[in-house]
Amino acid sequence: MSANAPNNSNNKTEVKNTTCYMCACRCGIRVTLEDGVVRYIQGNPEHPLNKGVICAKGSSGIMKQYSPARLTKPLLRKQGSKRGDSEFEAISWDQAFEILETRLGKIRSTDPKKFALFTGRDQMQALTGLFARQFGTPNYAAHGGFCSVNMAAGMIYTIGGSFWEFGGPDVDHAKVLMMFGTAEDHHSNPLKMALSKFKRNGGRFISVNPVRTGYSAIADEWVPIKPGTDGAFIMAMLKVIIDENLYDVDFLQRYTNSAQLVITDDKHPESGMIARNEQGEALCWDTKLNTETVYPHNSANFALDGSYTLKDGTRVSPSFELLKQRVKDCTPEWASEISGIPAKDIVRLAKELGHTAMEQGFELPISWTDSWGDKHQSVTGRPVAFHAMRGLAAHSNGFQTIRAFSLLLTLLGTIDRPGGFRHKAPYPRPIPPGPAIPNSPDDVKPNTPLNGAPLGSPASPDDLFVHENGEPVRIDKAFSWEHPLSLHGLMHNVITNAWRGDPYQIDTLLIFMANMAWNSTMNTSDVREMLNDKDANGEYKIPFLVVCDAFQSEMVAYADLVLPDTTYLERHDCISMLDRPISEYDGPVDSVRIPVLPPTGECKPFQEVLVEIASRLKFPAFTKEDGSRKFRNYPDFVTNFETAPGSGIGFLAGWRGKNGEKSMKGEPNPNQWEMYEKNNCVFQHHLDEDMQYMRNWNDKYLKWAHGNGITAKDTPVVIHVYSEILQQFRMAAEGRREGKQPPDHLRNRVKTYFDPLPFYYRPIEQQYTDTNEFPMYAVTQRPMAMYHSWDSQNAWLRQIHTYNYLYMSPKVGEQHGFQDGDWVWVESQHGKVRCMCRFSEAVEPNTVWTWNAIGKASGAWNLTEDANESRKGFLLNHVISEELPKHEDGEHLSNSDPVTGQAGWYDVRVKIYKAEADADRTLPQVEPLKTVPGQAKRKSLLAFFAKDKNSVSF
Amino acid sequence: MKKQLALVIDLNVCVGCHACVTSCKEWNTSGSAGPMPDHNPYGADPSGVFFNRVQTYEVGEYPHTETVHFPKSCLHCEDPPCVPVCPTGASFKREEDGIVLVDYDKCIGCKYCSWACPYGAREFDEQGKVMKKCTLCVDRIYDQQLPEEERKPACVMACPANARIFGDVHDPDSQASQMIRDNKGYQLLPEMGTQPANHYLPRHIKTGKEED
Repeated sequence: MSANAPNNSNNKTEVKNTTCYMCACRCGIRVTLEDGVVRYIQGNPEHPLNKGVICAKGSSGIMKQYSPARLTKPLLRKQGSKRGDSEFEAISWDQAFEILETRLGKIRSTDPKKFALFTGRDQMQALTGLFARQFGTPNYAAHGGFCSVNMAAGMIYTIGGSFWEFGGPDVDHAKVLMMFGTAEDHHSNPLKMALSKFKRNGGRFISVNPVRTGYSAIADEWVPIKPGTDGAFIMAMLKVIIDENLYDVDFLQRYTNSAQLVITDDKHPESGMIARNEQGEALCWDTKLNTETVYPHNSANFALDGSYTLKDGTRVSPSFELLKQRVKDCTPEWASEISGIPAKDIVRLAKELGHTAMEQGFELPISWTDSWGDKHQSVTGRPVAFHAMRGLAAHSNGFQTIRAFSLLLTLLGTIDRPGGFRHKAPYPRPIPPGPAIPNSPDDVKPNTPLNGAPLGSPASPDDLFVHENGEPVRIDKAFSWEHPLSLHGLMHNVITNAWRGDPYQIDTLLIFMANMAWNSTMNTSDVREMLNDKDANGEYKIPFLVVCDAFQSEMVAYADLVLPDTTYLERHDCISMLDRPISEYDGPVDSVRIPVLPPTGECKPFQEVLVEIASRLKFPAFTKEDGSRKFRNYPDFVTNFETAPGSGIGFLAGWRGKNGEKSMKGEPNPNQWEMYEKNNCVFQHHLDEDMQYMRNWNDKYLKWAHGNGITAKDTPVVIHVYSEILQQFRMAAEGRREGKQPPDHLRNRVKTYFDPLPFYYRPIEQQYTDTNEFPMYAVTQRPMAMYHSWDSQNAWLRQIHTYNYLYMSPKVGEQHGFQDGDWVWVESQHGKVRCMCRFSEAVEPNTVWTWNAIGKASGAWNLTEDANESRKGFLLNHVISEELPKHEDGEHLSNSDPVTGQAGWYDVRVKIYKAEADADRTLPQVEPLKTVPGQAKRKSLLAFFAKDKNSVSF
Repeated sequence: MKKQLALVIDLNVCVGCHACVTSCKEWNTSGSAGPMPDHNPYGADPSGVFFNRVQTYEVGEYPHTETVHFPKSCLHCEDPPCVPVCPTGASFKREEDGIVLVDYDKCIGCKYCSWACPYGAREFDEQGKVMKKCTLCVDRIYDQQLPEEERKPACVMACPANARIFGDVHDPDSQASQMIRDNKGYQLLPEMGTQPANHYLPRHIKTGKEED
């Protein structure tokens, strides 16, 4: 530098606040512009989520904004060109809207389910879901089905809340934190801040993970585990905790259904359900009076053990007794054999959790009143916190593993208590939380909105969205007997199902920011062929493909119509309470994006596209009574839309009411956006202290939440140690329940996996794999400096991860005759990939792993054909199938959790062997992609300097 | 004693997220030390100037493996070997705060300084043909237009784990000095006699009671 270079700039400097979108974390950011060029993006110190910090991705937003991979014009595939060849002509938005209006209008007026809308990590599901519902198509979901729906469903169906946006570890009060596999962005900066603070405060951090990277790196103890075996480990810890009496008896009696009596007579028609009196109240056993009684009065007397006979002669046991019986055989030795964790460590860790929770409990002097009217002088703290996401979730046994995990949190008495798990609004919610979904094929009608939300949470088999013969109504088979509780849909099966015409063919598939021709799909090579496959008449099997994206991803090449999206710096957005907000433990928080730059080229925010189509097609929610358009644009929609006429509840909870004087609820405020802009683009509501804990049963909180439309009921959310909901599905499968019945070939599957108590089973894929031939586990990790496939176009971030290795234990490498860095094949029963190996002592020796989504198709994202990402980088997706091998439950079943449809990404087993001596690049390779009209020329030398406009791509 | 500004990097909480790497780049490429060019930014073997990089090491054998993320930038040595070797006086150490800087106007790109630096902390700008390196964001830390709490290096502002503490390591009352004292902070390659101003805080392992 010139040592005393004067700052003689006369440039116009502006500083604007908005919300980051370099990953799903949604930090507040401050953007400094010099003459309209982004100079600096920093964390907003006044933002409750990140308090001024920012990550590697957030700091590299400049290189996303000015990336030559950006799309800037609507594009139409050239007549006669093949999908995948990237032969496009630029068209106007008028033409694009005309095409969409005509095509979608026709579908809507004939058979709305022929239109499918699936979106990636979009952060706007309140709008996309509304659009699908108003269109009248059930075929809508976002990415949750292939991300972490097991974590959502497993916990929501057990404790009425879940991790990440809806809850998390209270590290301020915890002494021990146990973390299972967690992707970096679940939760990104808040978790980094919390771990640092926790460790500096003397907390002990235990990480259970096959790989020691990322957060696990700073763990005080690393517990390497074989992928997909966490359920066995947790079940064994439950056994130790129960055997050693290290569980919270009062908590279980009062706040869970542990004491509720389950009918154990096999011959009783309601066998396996909770015994109830005529009023429908659950029965418990009063040990003092030695008689049946009604939950929850005098809960201190409730039996948790034993078996009893009701007055009418019915044999019953408290559900906790059934749990005890369930874990009886789950010995540490049994779990050690499965998980690879030494039995003595399982015992030690379980005792550490139990002793810390029970012996180091504390009271916060906060008085509160429970739902049954009892006043409490204090809130009990249990200083044992947990965190977990995809490590537990992305397996086909994840739902039941997470049920077990939820019970571990419950037995230790840590739910919404200081030091344990804390909820975030809008959770806790009833079990299940709703909303209701359509449940009959007749609910799909031309020119008519659906009578329920496309995504919701079934409470019983009768809520399933199936035909009379039990077959699915949805293209992804969500809410069918194959995956009854598929709360987030099954995006990973949409293309395969649509291609096969199973359960039917669709006409138009609209994909928003999901790279389904590459890293966002399982079985990448075959799916690419499906996208291109034609029927006997020469027509594409998926007739019309619309892709909306900001970048030239691998998926864009397959589009018939491309809609260029803006970046996050060029758009309005809502991080809404109606979707997945950024609430804190002490109350609801929502936030917005406000453009800091105008759209580049002809880019248009996808929200505007949806509002425009909805208006043109005259969806009722977007149309006035006189038939004219209701909303000018997306910001106008956000300001004025209400969930029901006069409900006062809209997309944003802050500054409602005519003058912005109301919170949570109130009539639309014409100046709401301006008020968010003046307030760091974020709205935060702090709950009164007596509403911040024990919210499942906190009367004042529940009434407040219900009154503000956050939750459907104000009744207590009693924890389902024993799940009657699951039992109802099992009873249907056993033919013991009236109402909807599974097809015969699925009866055994439903009966097996809808166990009302958690259990461990081998991931389904592995049950049908020759594990002698394919002995190794294979998983991916998400690097902290990359978000999925988004950042290979980012000149700075790609220098951190420009290609990837297959990591393995050096001992494994030696056994196979590899040298560190050798080219190797990794092969599953589905496919194989050639890549380079790297020896690592930080991986469980039965496991190989790599970074996710670093590998790219040659030429995609406007990288050169010989870029490292395509020559040396690879995707593991090629060895992972989207469907299970044919077996007794059927053919073409999704490679997913049988309860929730969560993609079983981490279930694959592989073998590894040395590659050819002349190997010099990864395989498979694909034909290099061409750039498309409207993309900037990439520079061979970039010397970005904000004040020098020539240094910028545009 | 004169002021010596420096970074104290806490390896006990660093998760290796690279926030310091890119926040540094985005601030400095358009700052008085910029630009920081990237060659082949969208092609094979991209290579750019970064003042701060994170290296990752594995220590120990499975299952007793430690994964250590190790951020490294110019250490602003008290006795910087890069300064005396510079034939033009471009490399210099500031009297007033101990920051080691390069005057680009004097730098002839001979690279002697990078050979002399035992830490590999210097970055050659192939486009400008001058040597570049961490300036401790000298164009932030004294900028009166910034709010006082933001007069810190960009990497310190960004770090989500608060693993980077900035301050005067000659002032025993500074947070930086206290962190060094309280956590057995150490210097890199002390045997080289360079007396790096930057310090590192080691990992501490907290064992569970059940192990007693």
